[in-house]
Amino acid sequence: MGYQLSRRALADAFKSWSGTYDVYAPTVFAGTGRFSETDVIRYGKVTDPADIVWDARSDYSFKEILIPVCQVLFYFTEHSVQESEFPKKGAIIFLRSCDLHAVKRLDYMFLQNGPEDYYYKTLRDKVKFVVMGCDHTFDGCFCVSMGTNVSTNYDAAVNFKDGMYYVDCPDETLAAALKNHAEGTCDVTADHVEKDDVEVHIPDNLTSAIAKSSIWDEYDKRCIKCGRCTLACPTCTCWSMQDIFYTENGKAGERRRVQTSCMFDDYTLVAGGGCFRQKAGERMRFKVLHKVLDFKKRAGFQMCVGCGRCDAICPEYISLTHCINEKLPQGMKEVLENGQ
Amino acid sequence: MVNNEYLPFRSEILEVIKHAELEYTFRMSYDRGDEHPVKPGQFFEISIPKYGEAPISVSGITDHSLDFTIRRVGSLTDEIFENYVGDYFFMRGPYGNGFDVNMFKGKEIILVAGGSGLSPIHGVIDYFADHMDECKKLTVIVGFKSPDDILFKEDQKRWAEKGISLITTVDRAPEGYTGHVGMVTKYIPDLTFEDMPNAISVVVGPPPMIKFSILELKKIGFDVENIWLSESRKMCCGLGKCGHCRIGDIYICQDGPVFKYTKISSMID
Repeated sequence: MGYQLSRRALADAFKSWSGTYDVYAPTVFAGTGRFSETDVIRYGKVTDPADIVWDARSDYSFKEILIPVCQVLFYFTEHSVQESEFPKKGAIIFLRSCDLHAVKRLDYMFLQNGPEDYYYKTLRDKVKFVVMGCDHTFDGCFCVSMGTNVSTNYDAAVNFKDGMYYVDCPDETLAAALKNHAEGTCDVTADHVEKDDVEVHIPDNLTSAIAKSSIWDEYDKRCIKCGRCTLACPTCTCWSMQDIFYTENGKAGERRRVQTSCMFDDYTLVAGGGCFRQKAGERMRFKVLHKVLDFKKRAGFQMCVGCGRCDAICPEYISLTHCINEKLPQGMKEVLENGQ
Repeated sequence: MVNNEYLPFRSEILEVIKHAELEYTFRMSYDRGDEHPVKPGQFFEISIPKYGEAPISVSGITDHSLDFTIRRVGSLTDEIFENYVGDYFFMRGPYGNGFDVNMFKGKEIILVAGGSGLSPIHGVIDYFADHMDECKKLTVIVGFKSPDDILFKEDQKRWAEKGISLITTVDRAPEGYTGHVGMVTKYIPDLTFEDMPNAISVVVGPPPMIKFSILELKKIGFDVENIWLSESRKMCCGLGKCGHCRIGDIYICQDGPVFKYTKISSMID
């Protein structure tokens, strides 16, 4: 059984939750876009359901709540370290089905690949996920191809239609407030996309041999190594360690981890100046094969969830979907022919 | 409760051994051996607040100390070299798989190292120096740039006395130098075996040295399945989280840094 709520009723539910949780959702950051007088849609705290953006995909993903762009791990003095504090409240995250599938990728990296990550685990344990039903596909989405268009493991799912919110809520903690403020009950099944405009086919014969093909050379000139694709990606998790001190010659400071990208020049840089992938094409190859080949070899499922954010954000109009559909088959053909 | 792996502990510098202008060994106090035993080939993230962390191989292990042989090549290592006995570093670890000495037992062992590549296998050599009866034969071929760059001179003397067949060579030497001169690869064709199919080899050093050493080993008919490597990459965590050390579906910090050559030879960075 689900609940029917008006904007005001849902706002009241948000208020009831606010003692224990902050609500995070895609919202508009006016005037902060790449070009003058353009906006960015990214994740922020919301108190009013009307601030949640439903009619577009967010430019950046929810991942910044679980793996902050810049996260203080601990504070230094000269002789000791002091762990940083966590937010007192948990988080309720409004996200699309593809993004909830991305959480499974983050969980793999931070909870399974090596020991459990203390900082991720602490934040993750206090998160509830609310799926935002997609009643249509967005430009460049390919969730159906990646099998991420349907989610069932949510704490709640919301459909937004004609100014009303229809909520399915298996989670009892969240359901209590919804029940109090609901203006009616009804059966709710989360909306989901059955067909995207874009279809993606990862070649069945794809192997790491494709690393030697010439398809990557094209990106040497086109890609400017800005890393936006990875920062917008909900499944990219790489970070670097960074120390800062509060004064130039002081003895107190902090160690942080900050989001980084395999597209950046310092990503493989070791002491002495050694660097493993200099060319943009090599970095593109490293990233693309992780998304559609290497991660699956290790984790058992594909990394890419088909959200389409990387294609949308690239200033050079480089397309992952084009790379998968056109370039990968070409590259496999080339290396197989060369091998014979 | 999940353990916070990122919090470092403080460790005192017990001794500084100066091998060369740019290479010192720092002997650090370590009393966590019971709970966190350390194997040769494993590494620690060593840090100085403000200058950051770097993964450094353990080059010596005792009950109460660990050795780290550090080459002065970056901003952190510059700062490390400003410290002396009685000062402290922050550390966390051990990380990585390291070498299991059991895999060498009863075999003819060939260790080929270039420069500070000797660090990860230093503990293996130490072990067999004290237990020569546990292997058939141990040959170490180690190369340095010049006589001034030779590391672990005292240890080398001890190893030779214990019966290890040791070839220390330098790329270039001034006139009158009486030791071996030439690349490590020059000495591989001269190796003799009682039972080559069961011999085991480890190659550690700069990538070109590894490449050509393996070519030479192949030439003499050495089974590539019995060759092992120790890899190094940028690593910000040592825990499989930061992503920097990934090659294909492998994380050097989690699955290595010690690898069978055949496991990693086809991977492309």
